Amino acid sequence: MEFLNGLVFLTNFVVVPALAYGAQLAIGALGVTLVYAILRFSNFAHGDTMAFGTAVTIKVTAVLVALGVSLGPLPTALLALPVGIIATGLLLLGTDWLVYKFYREQKAKPVILVIVSLGVMFVMNGLTRVFIGVRDIQFADGARFVMTVRQFKDWTGLDEGLAIRTTQAITLVTAAITVAALFWFLNKTRTGKSMRAFSDNEDLALLSGIDPDRVVRVTWLIVAALATIAGVLYGLDKSFKAFTYFQLLLPIFAAAIVGGIGNPVGAIAGGFLIAFAEVTVTYPLKKVLTYWLPDGMGPDGLVQLLSGDYKFAVSFMILLIVLLFKPTGLFKGQNI
Amino acid sequence: MTDNLRTAFFAGFVALLIICTGFLDNWNLALVILNYGLISAIMALGVNLQWGLAGLFNVGVMGFVALGGLASVLISMPPVAEAWSAGGGRVMLGLAIGATAITALVMVYKRMAKGRRRNLVMVALMIAGFFAFRTVFDGGVSAIESVNPSLTGYLGGVNFGGDAGREWWWMPIIAWPIGGLLAAGAAWAIGKTALGLRSDYLAIATLGIAEIIIAVLKNENWLSRGVLNVTGLPRPVPYETDLQVDPGFIAKVNDLGLDVTTASTLTVKLLYAGLFAVFLFVLLMLAQRALHSPWGRMMRAIRDNEVAAEAMGKDVTRRHLQIFIIGSAICGLAGAMMTTLDGQMTPAAYQPLRFTFLVWVMVIVGGSGNNIGAALGGMLIWWLWVAVGEYGPDLMIWATSGLHADSSLKASLIDSAPQMRFLVMGTVLLLILRFSPRGILPEK
Repeated sequence: MEFLNGLVFLTNFVVVPALAYGAQLAIGALGVTLVYAILRFSNFAHGDTMAFGTAVTIKVTAVLVALGVSLGPLPTALLALPVGIIATGLLLLGTDWLVYKFYREQKAKPVILVIVSLGVMFVMNGLTRVFIGVRDIQFADGARFVMTVRQFKDWTGLDEGLAIRTTQAITLVTAAITVAALFWFLNKTRTGKSMRAFSDNEDLALLSGIDPDRVVRVTWLIVAALATIAGVLYGLDKSFKAFTYFQLLLPIFAAAIVGGIGNPVGAIAGGFLIAFAEVTVTYPLKKVLTYWLPDGMGPDGLVQLLSGDYKFAVSFMILLIVLLFKPTGLFKGQNI
Repeated sequence: MTDNLRTAFFAGFVALLIICTGFLDNWNLALVILNYGLISAIMALGVNLQWGLAGLFNVGVMGFVALGGLASVLISMPPVAEAWSAGGGRVMLGLAIGATAITALVMVYKRMAKGRRRNLVMVALMIAGFFAFRTVFDGGVSAIESVNPSLTGYLGGVNFGGDAGREWWWMPIIAWPIGGLLAAGAAWAIGKTALGLRSDYLAIATLGIAEIIIAVLKNENWLSRGVLNVTGLPRPVPYETDLQVDPGFIAKVNDLGLDVTTASTLTVKLLYAGLFAVFLFVLLMLAQRALHSPWGRMMRAIRDNEVAAEAMGKDVTRRHLQIFIIGSAICGLAGAMMTTLDGQMTPAAYQPLRFTFLVWVMVIVGGSGNNIGAALGGMLIWWLWVAVGEYGPDLMIWATSGLHADSSLKASLIDSAPQMRFLVMGTVLLLILRFSPRGILPEK
């Protein structure tokens, strides 16, 4: 019983939140890793792309809610999501045509493209701020919980409860669908295969008649979808604020690099690794240990290894350790 | 157009912008822009050394700027004696334990043979070191933070001058180079671990370190009061209120026919501007000398072709570390100046867009690889940043005057006008990168 209670407590406060956060990071990291694999640069504008997509989705959600449209227990934002994806896709295609294309044709060095993406980051950040402002916005509606603490306690008879919020459940389901669809696309469709070929060996792909412009366009569209989905899921789960999305850049890049940048499987593994590390290290584990250790041996302190604001430090330390000891990441990078 | 003429034109243009702001708006704003512009120019100089001269992609500028700010607090604020006696020793002991544990870890990693035994010893050391550190350190921290938390609750600085440090007015000036030293120390530790990485990995690494430095400043109240902020930092220049009651000053101002209050604020700002200008001038001279010395040529050779430079016997890693430290130190110096000018340290105000990426825009717009270009770019972009924030809303009111008076679109557009500065900065950066990729004053 003691052990089970501890396990439930840990699941409730560490495992479930980390799973949801990890899924959000993983989808974000997939976007970064795709840009890297196809366009061969680290896209610093990704966090702000996520923010833009989410901002559009929020505006559309507001319109839908005003019209009285609702999804019942599910958040209305899910209905607005496709509009957000399309708007972001158009924005990214426009950016590519106006900005990135020039440097691609010049065969500019990757670091130049990174600096260009800094400029794009500023513009997108400004766009989002002008469009929706800098306030903190909650836009999750519908049912709050799939399972409440009380239901769980009644059902199992344990002292500790386990709650699963709707947003967490939606995050996991959506993430699973997104990842499955992406992998199906990359492995089974002709376009997906041509993207993989392009990423593996650009010259050989060009030689076999793959249209590079098409590959780039499709990549940006997929990136727009991934970024918007990641952004909306994160916003539903926590809240939307332009600045927080910019800050997500660090754990997302950490996830992509730890997994091996350019490798989708790595991005997913990296996302969960970073999320679990962040949540475990910054959550007070006192109660779990009190349950699990023999009576009287429970800790006096909170056993919170680091205060919550140091979560960046966690993703960063993992990043640094991986980069120093296994620079290609856990899975070998740069192939999709 | 010759290079010198171009430089003169650019400098004249920047000066004209600031003077116009003075004539057309007010001189107070013009001097505020000038002061922060001079500091921005110093930051740009630091980044230019790293990027323009050595090709190092450092996007952790904010971290070094914040460390400089911390030095400003630690040097120029008076110490809090009760806090020191309550937990100062304990905190220091805790830090010593932490440092010992890290040194021991590095020693074990270097000295012991590779294998499972080394890993086990390292893990054991890490866990033991962490808990020993936290046990000693946490007690000291809570003791310090409970000493008069609404006013102090931190250890304070080392300014032993009377009147809350104001009598030792020269302490803030000493704090500036020390801010540089603190940043240099951090840069050494970071460079040792991260400089071998590929350029975009180095970028992510520095971005992360900057966030961590800010997190430390926000959380470690015993050191920096965290989000409670440290206010009322001593100044190297007189206070306006003192000037306003100084008979000599009043007499002089009356001779010139000016208002005493206005004259006092302008005098204070002009004194700051003079101080900053001296620092900028000296740094610019040094940077120019470095650029045209054999050392500068070596740096550019390394930047342009690392392999060839290595074949010529140049120690690339060492040179990179060297210039990373120098550039970061300059950013730290500028950060310390900025905190002194602000008169307060507010960790929550450090945001990467403003303190890292804006400096990058300055360098690239001004001309990476050209010291004068980067410095002038710093002043130009700073002017633009302030101007868009100041005049943007007015412009937006004018631009939306055609819309219906109570339309919600109009209200939200006017509300968000200050956010336009990000849009403008991004557009400027993209335009320069596209049409003049070497900046306004290209490298010679």
